[in-house]
Amino acid sequence: MARKISYRQAIIEALDQEMARDEKIIVMGEDVVGGAGTDMEDEAWGGPFGLTSGLYAKYGGDRIMDTPISESAFIGAAVGAASAGYRPVAELMFCDFLGVCFDQIYNQAAKFRYMFGGKATTPVVIRTAIGAGLRAAAQHSQSLHPIFTHVPGLKCVIPSSPYEAKGLLIASIRDNDPVIFCEHKALFETMGDVPEEPYAIPLGEANYVREGSDITIVTHGLMVTRAKEVAASLEGDGIDCEIIDLRTTSPLDEDTILESAENTGRVVVIDEATPRCNIAGDISSLVNEQLFGKLKAPVQRITAPHTPVPFSPALEDLWLPDNARIEQAIRDAVAYAGA
Amino acid sequence: MQLSKDDALRAYRMMKTIREFEERIQKEFATGDMPGFVHLYAGEEACGTGIMMHLTDEDRISSTHRGHGHCIAKGCDVEGMMAELFGKVTGLCRGKGGSMHIADLDKGMLGANGIVGAGSPLVCGAGLAAKLDGNGRVAVAFFGDGGSNQGTTFESLNLAKVWNLPCIFVCENNGWAEATSSKWSVACGNVADRAGAFGMPGVTVDGHDFFAVYEAAGEAIELARSGGGPSLIECQVNRYYGHEEGDAQTYRDPKEMVKIRETRDCIVNFTRRVTEMGLVEPDALAAIDGETATLIEGAVAFARSSPEPGPEDLLTDVYISY
Repeated sequence: MARKISYRQAIIEALDQEMARDEKIIVMGEDVVGGAGTDMEDEAWGGPFGLTSGLYAKYGGDRIMDTPISESAFIGAAVGAASAGYRPVAELMFCDFLGVCFDQIYNQAAKFRYMFGGKATTPVVIRTAIGAGLRAAAQHSQSLHPIFTHVPGLKCVIPSSPYEAKGLLIASIRDNDPVIFCEHKALFETMGDVPEEPYAIPLGEANYVREGSDITIVTHGLMVTRAKEVAASLEGDGIDCEIIDLRTTSPLDEDTILESAENTGRVVVIDEATPRCNIAGDISSLVNEQLFGKLKAPVQRITAPHTPVPFSPALEDLWLPDNARIEQAIRDAVAYAGA
Repeated sequence: MQLSKDDALRAYRMMKTIREFEERIQKEFATGDMPGFVHLYAGEEACGTGIMMHLTDEDRISSTHRGHGHCIAKGCDVEGMMAELFGKVTGLCRGKGGSMHIADLDKGMLGANGIVGAGSPLVCGAGLAAKLDGNGRVAVAFFGDGGSNQGTTFESLNLAKVWNLPCIFVCENNGWAEATSSKWSVACGNVADRAGAFGMPGVTVDGHDFFAVYEAAGEAIELARSGGGPSLIECQVNRYYGHEEGDAQTYRDPKEMVKIRETRDCIVNFTRRVTEMGLVEPDALAAIDGETATLIEGAVAFARSSPEPGPEDLLTDVYISY
């Protein structure tokens, strides 16, 4: 039965239900307990965002463990434990900390299966916070999913709602490949309908968030919310938007993107990442390659500008794609009358 | 630590197989038929053997770019290894890994590794699994003097102690990180001196001396198996060949290596010692020499006659290919 819970609670519920199901699932990260080794363990943090709150009390220190601030060592330890029969979920507090542990992700976890001739499985999930809008500035606000998506052997998941957060996290934990699970910070407190029972949303299947006939909006994460707001506001002007939530950027559901793009003939791709080599560019290229001649307008990309994330609210609000930019891109595409 | 006759023969076979394998690789590589890069372990056999003699298939190790010796000592199939080095589909990794990525998880061999210092975090994970399973298994990370200076190694030493993991960190200090001397690059006297900073035992041993390595490893592994936590062992040793095949070794005096081979060779010294002790008969060692030569000859023939992977193999063993 569904009831409304937050994106944050959906993540905790997924971890909790999976840990109860399979004792080989262990959780590790900086302050995921909080207070390890002190008398305050029982009142532990459960992570700086509270995303593992309550799990220590229920599962104890052998199932959920604090680590020193040593991302290479504990992300690598999660990968090593995955090679040794466990199904670890490691928390990389911010995706921006990728720089101090990337080797263990892209040279180790991602490559074992292929490099060892198919004989290795590495069932590790790395949960990490992405996204701007919290005034957290350049080193705590990035959306680095294009980097993960670029690496063969990694799966990259970006839930857009509480429902997606729970179902995709459960699927990620049950998956035998390394998964980077990108949680958008601006969504943690959003509420939505989430079934109480465990369920898995298959990785690699995009979701029709809204059906429409005039234009396809392809996006993920926080931008799904913005796309929905814009689509609703354009209804009155007779513009009928279709919205596709990618859910995973790797594997990429090319079929759904192309099916929708062919039906509407117009595509806007929204990606919060910076523009070079990002998902918007990738999908634009895919659509142009496959549907050239069937499109009624050039594919529009809406991305952040190619700069670090600024601190000042006045600047960050300009940096993050907003409803006005999305609306303008849609109007331009619909009004396009040919060269 | 007393060595049984069977163990002495087993250790000799390990060392001899590694030496024969590496010296044959050197020749095969020179023909130009073997693709890629190879980093030979010859000269360091007593290190891997002295450690691995204490391990079973259930114990796990991580290795380095100089990993052939660790593979052999851990029990990897020699024919499969040779085929892998030739890039053949019959290789241990179906020709997709190569010299720097040979692995056999069934043997507890988590892989040679092309990234210096990358193995220690993985071994923390294998050690964590053993600790949680409570099965008395251990995990061993091999790295060189170069890897000893990586942050990953420092982080792993600290994490292993903080989590009290059954891990043994083995630095095979062969004096050279590519062409950079460890006398220059290691800021403290011995790599093992760093153990104290992480609150764990550390010992420096002569890596040419099988018995010294075997004894130090025995203590560290017993400590780890009984819940006593991690240790650091530094084996000071020499590699007989260059960093990789093709290395002109302009950074070191060739006479020095000749002298080390003549006076400190681990196999020669082991042979002298076990025969003088009367532990094994020279004939038994000679028989192993013959079997080893046959094994390597057969492995080369197998590898050379094996097929290459086909185009259909390019896109498999990864979850999805576009």
